[in-house]
Amino acid sequence: MPVKELRAPPEFVSGVRHPLERWLRTERFPHIWCSGCGLGTSLSALLFSFDQLGWDPDSVAVVSGIGCTGRVAGYLKLDTYHTTHGRAIPFATGLKLAKPDLHVVVFSGDGDLFAIGGNHFIHAARRNMDIAVICVNNFNYGMTGGQLGPTTPVGARTTTSPFGNFEHPFNLVHLAASAGATYVARWTTLDGRRLEKAFVEALSHKGFTFVEVLSPCPTNYGRRNRLGEGLDELRYYQEHMVIRHGADPKDADIMPGNPFLVGKFVDIEKPTYLELYAEKARELGGE
Amino acid sequence: MSTRRVSPILSGVHFMNGDEAIAEGAIAAGCRFFAAYPITPQSEIAERLSWRLPRVGGMFIQMEDEIAAITAILGASWAGMKAMTATSGPGFSLMMENLGLAVMTETPCVIVDVQRGAPSTGLPTLVAQGEMMQARWGSHGHYEIVALCPASPQEAFDLTVKAFALSERFRVPVLIMTDEVVGHMYERVEIPSAVPEAARRKPKVPPEEFLPYKPDPDLVPPMACAGEGYRVHVTGLTHDERGYPDMSPEAHDRLVRRLVDKVRLFPHEYTFFEEVQLEDAEIAVVSYGISARVSLGGIELARKAGIRAGLFRLITAWPFPDEAVFRVAQRVKGIVVVELNLGQMSREVERAVRGRVPVHGVFHAGGRIHTPEEVFQGIEEVHRQCR
Repeated sequence: MPVKELRAPPEFVSGVRHPLERWLRTERFPHIWCSGCGLGTSLSALLFSFDQLGWDPDSVAVVSGIGCTGRVAGYLKLDTYHTTHGRAIPFATGLKLAKPDLHVVVFSGDGDLFAIGGNHFIHAARRNMDIAVICVNNFNYGMTGGQLGPTTPVGARTTTSPFGNFEHPFNLVHLAASAGATYVARWTTLDGRRLEKAFVEALSHKGFTFVEVLSPCPTNYGRRNRLGEGLDELRYYQEHMVIRHGADPKDADIMPGNPFLVGKFVDIEKPTYLELYAEKARELGGE
Repeated sequence: MSTRRVSPILSGVHFMNGDEAIAEGAIAAGCRFFAAYPITPQSEIAERLSWRLPRVGGMFIQMEDEIAAITAILGASWAGMKAMTATSGPGFSLMMENLGLAVMTETPCVIVDVQRGAPSTGLPTLVAQGEMMQARWGSHGHYEIVALCPASPQEAFDLTVKAFALSERFRVPVLIMTDEVVGHMYERVEIPSAVPEAARRKPKVPPEEFLPYKPDPDLVPPMACAGEGYRVHVTGLTHDERGYPDMSPEAHDRLVRRLVDKVRLFPHEYTFFEEVQLEDAEIAVVSYGISARVSLGGIELARKAGIRAGLFRLITAWPFPDEAVFRVAQRVKGIVVVELNLGQMSREVERAVRGRVPVHGVFHAGGRIHTPEEVFQGIEEVHRQCR
């Protein structure tokens, strides 16, 4: 492998803090993620979106499940909950219903949210539960060593599909839209600004909102599928993604080597679970 | 807002079943969040709370399964509410992983199991007491919880109130291990106009000094909930006093020991039992829940037959009252354990009596309660062995 030229690290200016640091538990760094992973970009887009929204940090809670993405919660200087595998959404549901003023964000991975936690996802979407769900989709189980997941594309090699995946993967955009999500977007970690904008929209939109973030996993997924380093995966996104807002979610399948859709697929209004509950409680003379 | 605020507590004398009494006990204790999934013979708890909670400013939600139900109550507890879920055997099995999350994150909550015939789907509508060991050991790892066993609808109400107080005091999940017969039995239930408020232990220092898992001298840490400005990280991973993951064996041993000791070191606060006619007894019947009530009939038959028998009723099943049972063993010649399984709490009784007296089990796998005659035969059998 050719030796690559290393860029000089950013200059350290003593006494000056990064503007996003106020959202982070800096004492927990360095983080656990591999170089080339898209989680850093996803996390910074989230922090930028918090800044843009101008929310009081004490009004935001972030819930995650298990996996590489599940570790995001632990780096945020907010009320953060790192729950069991697949259960971030029901935990977030309890938090939100018990404290409706709280902005509740679920930040987790594809295996956590759509394999073990798939049932919770569709039911929270169906209820139009007032939470935002962000899924960083890296097409495999990164933390446990790169196994087959519910979004692994057909033909992809993982440690549990050594001869190539023959299972049909989920189209998460289509799944979220058909289950009832009122905001659905997909971007890649190449699109930091668009991601940030999507997070702002998803977090401020009432009801159940969903953003899928396609992210490189060079250590596990990329390596086994000869996709090169993290940067090469981003290059792949650049060459294959097609931005089409308002596209039919069922056209958002991801097939290796084929173009795939990104953009904002759903942006609608409908009464949320909390609104409907409050209305019923008022009728009954409750609060 | 209505000007004539009525108390949410349904004070007065009522005729209700054990399930309904649990629902009312929860409301009286200040529970304002209930999540569950329908299952027989628990459904009356969920049905009543779906009707009651929206009228008293509370939140009821029927989740998509029992895993979601228990996880939602943990979320609600971290948002500062008193929260409960209720289920029966199959759902109880589904809850086990997150029972462990509640233990590890020290989340106060109450979990009700209305036991029915098992394993598997078993006897959905009929009684059993087959989850007594699962209540204690069902989640992975070593931990300590509190489990209470009501023997009547009145006690179902009283123990539910107590369960909330204990869960806040120790920051542990407290289990109400009841059964189908107590759940469906209608009796007089007297509800007081107020119950003592079980307050949550809050931080005593400002956020910058607060360590979310630094315990008070009694080993229980104060709890900062979401939105209170403390910005805590809560994880099921082994963690240090800051709540941050620490993967060292030392941190793990320290944490697990504290989680166990914070409960184990204070037995006087949660050990409840009842003794009936034990003063002069030569044979003690040890039982709990509905089986303890049936045992009273067997004891009466024994007394008529000239055998001095008495009852030691476990109200607290876990942590097991070792000392109290050992003291019983010191006073009697033999012990009979009556339960609707093929020997679960009897093993604890055997351990606690340390071989001092014979322990005989009167077991039935469930589907019906024991008859007084069966209990009497067990008493006679041990009495014969002890002569």
